[in-house]
Amino acid sequence: MFEAILVMALGAVVLGAALGYAAVRFRVEGDPLVEKIDAILPQTQCGQCGFPGCKPYAQAIAKGEAEINQCPPGGDEGIHKLADLLGREFKSLSAEHGIEKPKSVAVIDEQSCIGCTLCIQACPVDAIVGAAKQMHTIVAPLCTGCELCLPPCPVDCISMQPIGESVETWKWKYPVFKINPAKREAA
Amino acid sequence: MTSYLFIILGAVLVNNVVFVRILGLCPFMGVSKKLETAIGMGAATTFVLTMACGASFIIDRWLLMPNQLEYLRTLSFIVTIAAIVQLTELVIQKTSPLLHQVLGIYLPLITTNCAVLGIPLLNVSLRHNFLESLLFGFGSAVGFTLALILFAGIRERLEAADVPIHFRGTAIAMITAGLMSLAFMGFAGLDKYK
Amino acid sequence: MTALQRLFKFNGGVKPAYNKEASTGLPIAVAPTPTLLVIPLHQSIGGMPRPLVTAGERVLKGQRIGGADGNVSSAVHASTSGTVVAVEMRLMPHASGLSALCVMIEPDGRDEWIPRQPFDFRSATPTQTRDYLRDAGVVGLGGAVFPTYLKLNPGKQGKLDTLVLNGAECEPFITCDDVLMRERAATILKGVVIMREILSAGQVLIGIEDNKPEAVAAMEIAARAANQAAGDSAIGVVSVPTRYPAGGAKQLIRVLTGIEVPHGKRSTDYGVQCFNVGTAYAVYEAIALGQPLISRIVTVAGNVTQARNYEVLFGTPMRDLVALCGPLADSDRVIMGGPMMGLLMPDDSVPVVKATNCVLVGSKKLFPPPPPEMPCIRCGECAKACPADLQPFEMYWFSRAKIFGKAQEYNLFDCIECGCCAYVCPSHIPLVDYYRFAKSEIWAREIEKEAADVARERYEFRLLREEREKQEKAAKLAAKTAAGREKAAAAIAEAAKPAATPEEDAKKALIAAALERAKAQKELVHPGNVSDLTPEQQAEVAAIEARRAEIREMAKPHLRQDD
Repeated sequence: MFEAILVMALGAVVLGAALGYAAVRFRVEGDPLVEKIDAILPQTQCGQCGFPGCKPYAQAIAKGEAEINQCPPGGDEGIHKLADLLGREFKSLSAEHGIEKPKSVAVIDEQSCIGCTLCIQACPVDAIVGAAKQMHTIVAPLCTGCELCLPPCPVDCISMQPIGESVETWKWKYPVFKINPAKREAA
Repeated sequence: MTSYLFIILGAVLVNNVVFVRILGLCPFMGVSKKLETAIGMGAATTFVLTMACGASFIIDRWLLMPNQLEYLRTLSFIVTIAAIVQLTELVIQKTSPLLHQVLGIYLPLITTNCAVLGIPLLNVSLRHNFLESLLFGFGSAVGFTLALILFAGIRERLEAADVPIHFRGTAIAMITAGLMSLAFMGFAGLDKYK
Repeated sequence: MTALQRLFKFNGGVKPAYNKEASTGLPIAVAPTPTLLVIPLHQSIGGMPRPLVTAGERVLKGQRIGGADGNVSSAVHASTSGTVVAVEMRLMPHASGLSALCVMIEPDGRDEWIPRQPFDFRSATPTQTRDYLRDAGVVGLGGAVFPTYLKLNPGKQGKLDTLVLNGAECEPFITCDDVLMRERAATILKGVVIMREILSAGQVLIGIEDNKPEAVAAMEIAARAANQAAGDSAIGVVSVPTRYPAGGAKQLIRVLTGIEVPHGKRSTDYGVQCFNVGTAYAVYEAIALGQPLISRIVTVAGNVTQARNYEVLFGTPMRDLVALCGPLADSDRVIMGGPMMGLLMPDDSVPVVKATNCVLVGSKKLFPPPPPEMPCIRCGECAKACPADLQPFEMYWFSRAKIFGKAQEYNLFDCIECGCCAYVCPSHIPLVDYYRFAKSEIWAREIEKEAADVARERYEFRLLREEREKQEKAAKLAAKTAAGREKAAAAIAEAAKPAATPEEDAKKALIAAALERAKAQKELVHPGNVSDLTPEQQAEVAAIEARRAEIREMAKPHLRQDD
């Protein structure tokens, strides 16, 4: 009996010492995973996930504090990519964080803009140009469509306009065989 | 010399730990979705299993047996394995953080991988000497890795396949595993040339 | 002078029914000018040219109406003289059925050219020549419409070993290059000589499929004449075996030179460059005649009574062209290009553009709808037929499941979309449609990723800036409060010492004396710009000084006492 306790205690001490040494020797600094997650996120910086930007959300995912289905701009595809990267199960977008919308840009109605600069301060990517008491406008190619400029506008002159398809951005559709309904003969 | 070769070959193919002994199914189903993770898991398990076989032989032969403490075998083996797994985890976290994240819960769960406990116990019951124990552990781990990689390759293609809805996911994976198990039974014929 | 050239083989390929005879019977005819030309601004690969004209403006034939924009772009010109009716969105000859910016020109019937003069490329620098060709709107007329000026670049070595002229024209129904070579071989050769000189090319190989003996004969005669004029034998006409797609650039280069251009490399890296014969013709017209690219030869074939080749002004609606050939009653579609690689047009009103080598009229009888798609049985026929040595069934497998990364691993982007795999597929899988789908998805993703990277960078910069501003503000505030405190402390100290000691009086006197001296010195120094002034200027200066003094006076009560 005494021997048994002794043997187990000896084992525990030796193994514990080895592990303790390893913990010091192989300590990890930083978290390279955050970069990988951040690369998948759409960088709209819209905060719909409940975090103040894409990077903080990436950090939260890496720490396991956030689910992977909180990013509406990334959509189902973004969730699939995160699930693949992290080896987690796919979950559909959580409803409380919003819904996936078609990609759009903000447009300022320049007639009613009063030049209050509130939207400029709200824009996370500095895509709005203008000065106090001057008309503001949005640099469309830089706009991420985060909608953060909508609430601060006192005159509601900003609207979201979906980006239409052009010949350059048009995509070939997934090949499907159209099953045409039989046309009713005109009487 | 040939007997050592037969130990390895037998452990890898004839008595494949997954397909014939049906051990270690948890990580086998869990981390075989992607080839990369399968290779990582295989490598980690190979390291742990080989180390565990060596360490458990030493403990069993030189600590437990002289003191008539064979009844502590399972307990002490588990403690040893847990320590080795912890060590492996620390090393992987340092060398490949992504693999560490991807293996996730399955990495500490190597501790409870029945193959990792089963093989050292088999070593004892088969009365292997130290070198044979190591080779048997290594061979079994290679067999486990082989099964994992083959299965991951199949599953990567299955992902793109038109599987009937009710069979998607684990169901078709189990069917595939069963078919692979049947295929590995063919290696039993190798026995005749012993 | 068919050189006894050793020919090589490319793997794969198919032999579809060629159906070329129907349109080679008659010579090239000039298509009549339509009542309204719709000229799309975007007719080549690369950046969208910016419009240079506005509605109501009168333009001459060959006048530039769209200026090249960006590094990869090509100009667009008015096809005839007339009035610009509008610059607006019109349906494009594109599979998408979407509209893009077009210039609408109402011809005045006078067909009045801009002043034309030949371009002396021999005395121009290579950059000048390329700029000229860019502004002349010369693009590859084989169908890919890649700006020619970018290809007329001999590469790092400064010279080219082999200039390959592509007259293979492997696609069924299309005969525009064939008749061009038959009728205008000498002009093509003149263009070839110019291109050879620009590229400093060693030899020139003109590859023509052996199902066009008339074209081969005509080109041989022209080549002999060109060789005699140059006094060498650099230009050779080579008849290549007829097999689709022998007219693919990489395939023709392989057949003629044996060089296999690997993945990710350009043919110029191996000293070879390939041009269409029609492009050579356009280069001649642009450089020797000063005429920009405003028309091309277009084959009209398919479900028509008389298929024929026409010289068509860009902007002519396809409907007008088809009407010339008498379309049969059951015609139900118009295809731009051939049956293998052609694109179904959304409507027959779309204009002929630089990429239009053929207007193919289709019907249910001529091109019956494909049988339903069956599962892939992995027979490997597609891999045997693939001229790019790819594994089409693997690319299909992953494209279909939308696993694009894997599809890319199988070199999806080396696919030339020739359609051989779909042609041979026993399961009638529209493989090319899957590849096109996967390619455009991958492109879209790449663009999205780039946009995300820009957004991240800007966001991080903004955070940095905000942080910096906050620090600056804090520093300013700290300085201000520190100054305030000091002043307060000084005031307290002052109050604590009501009577000044004699020592301090002496100090104060010293300071006062120093101030006096400084003031005297200041008065001695005059500003440099006030000497030698006219009386008016002096008066002005005086007035300004007076105003300044007034303001100072006004500001005095507001200034702090100790200032």
